[in-house]
Amino acid sequence: MDLILEGIKKAFLLLITLDPEVMGITLLSLEVSGTATLISLLIGISTGTAVALSEFPGRKILVSLINTGMGLPPVVVGLFVTIFLWRNGPLGFLEVLYTPTAMIIAQAIIASPIVMGISLAAIQALPKNLRLQILALGATRLQMVWILIKEAKLPLLAGVMAGFGGVISEVGASIMVGGNIKGYSRVLTTATVMETSRGNFDIAIALGIILLLMAYFINLVLTQIQQRERPR
Amino acid sequence: MNRLIGKKILSGIIILLLTLPGLSFAQQKNIILATTTSTQDSGLLDVLIPIFEKQTGYFVKTIAVGSGQAMAMGQKGEADVLLVHSPDAEKKFVADGYGIHRRLVMHNDYIVVGPAEDPAKIKGMKSTPAVFKKIASAGSLFLSRGDNSGTHSKEKAIWKASGINPEDQKWYQQTGLGMGQTLNVSSEKNGYTLADRGTYLALKKNLSLDSLMEGDAILLNIYHVVEVNPGKWPKVNAAGARAFADFMVSKETQEVIKTFGVDKFGSPLFFPDAGRKEEDLGK
Repeated sequence: MDLILEGIKKAFLLLITLDPEVMGITLLSLEVSGTATLISLLIGISTGTAVALSEFPGRKILVSLINTGMGLPPVVVGLFVTIFLWRNGPLGFLEVLYTPTAMIIAQAIIASPIVMGISLAAIQALPKNLRLQILALGATRLQMVWILIKEAKLPLLAGVMAGFGGVISEVGASIMVGGNIKGYSRVLTTATVMETSRGNFDIAIALGIILLLMAYFINLVLTQIQQRERPR
Repeated sequence: MNRLIGKKILSGIIILLLTLPGLSFAQQKNIILATTTSTQDSGLLDVLIPIFEKQTGYFVKTIAVGSGQAMAMGQKGEADVLLVHSPDAEKKFVADGYGIHRRLVMHNDYIVVGPAEDPAKIKGMKSTPAVFKKIASAGSLFLSRGDNSGTHSKEKAIWKASGINPEDQKWYQQTGLGMGQTLNVSSEKNGYTLADRGTYLALKKNLSLDSLMEGDAILLNIYHVVEVNPGKWPKVNAAGARAFADFMVSKETQEVIKTFGVDKFGSPLFFPDAGRKEEDLGK
């Protein structure tokens, strides 16, 4: 119990004094997971919507694959991304292993199926007649898709939160492809693991609290947007 | 519809490319150092690497894993230089042509730690294999790293010397974790474990473990720096690896190693050995 209090104290101390190392780690966490979430939104919403609106053979198999992907284990993603990015691996020429970029790639792979699965369900949950109605009013297909996405804003934002929550809290892939390099690819989760193994439990708890606070504020902002106009 | 998706994916890729910080670093300025958890967890590298980077302009990417994994990375050409403590495996690594220029850097020692009550009554014993035998016959819990690290291979060598095969025994558990975490597990479960002194000293304040056995010659923990053979893997940064290895055995660095940890723990965590022979250690 003392340890937790000590950790809380330390967290506030680190925040108030704007400890440069902790600030760097926090900003990098935000940058990496934020970028990864953005990429996953582009991939996830577009693919999810496309699958939701089309009929083709094997659709059910694809949908169950996407739904399985929502639970992709980060360490497995980390392992495969590492192998692909090795110097002597198929994508070695990119020279991005052990960089924040590699972490963004891995996290985008983790978050994309989450966003995709939720988008798919969100668009599919809209009444079927809505599509016909919009088209009947003279909208182009593109306009129709845009209106549908706007209609499904509430669950889609839940998808954003789920995707972001999945990657900001993820440690397995980040430590494997980022390497937890001081001042370069160290993020809140990997730093917490390292401080724990160093026996600096107070700092580890402090980093955990900072991570929670950050996740809370991000979600607060997203929730504000989501709940701005409550549906009828 | 399809054009929209295409556009979105395309812009996604563009964003990805714009955010590639890896590309802005020139390859030859990066060194991948594969090392053991003990050099990172003790904080030694946090002191040494900034000095090296400032002196040479290289950027060191430290990947702290077990010695086994570090050598596996070297074997695949995925690291440039290794700082490891698994002498027998290192000799094989060099003999197989994966590594060159293996040089002695420093040593400290392993200790056998366990609960203060010492259920297997090992305190005061002088031979480590005998201690392991006694733990086995008492059936006291022993925590093994189980991760092919330098410490794990040392532990396996001691079990071999004691003539006991601990695998599959109920009192023998493998954590598969680093030294720090294994010490935490041992402390929580009141078990014995083999630890390097540096990590033990660094974590001691949070552990309910005593050092119960030390000073045996078999318990020496010797660190070498090995450069990965660029003849096998042309992408290896040979010049950077050499610079780092030279730095580790340089007089100034050895001086830093000698005093590292004295202010915090009252005694040094590592003893510099550059230029000495492995056989002469501990004498």
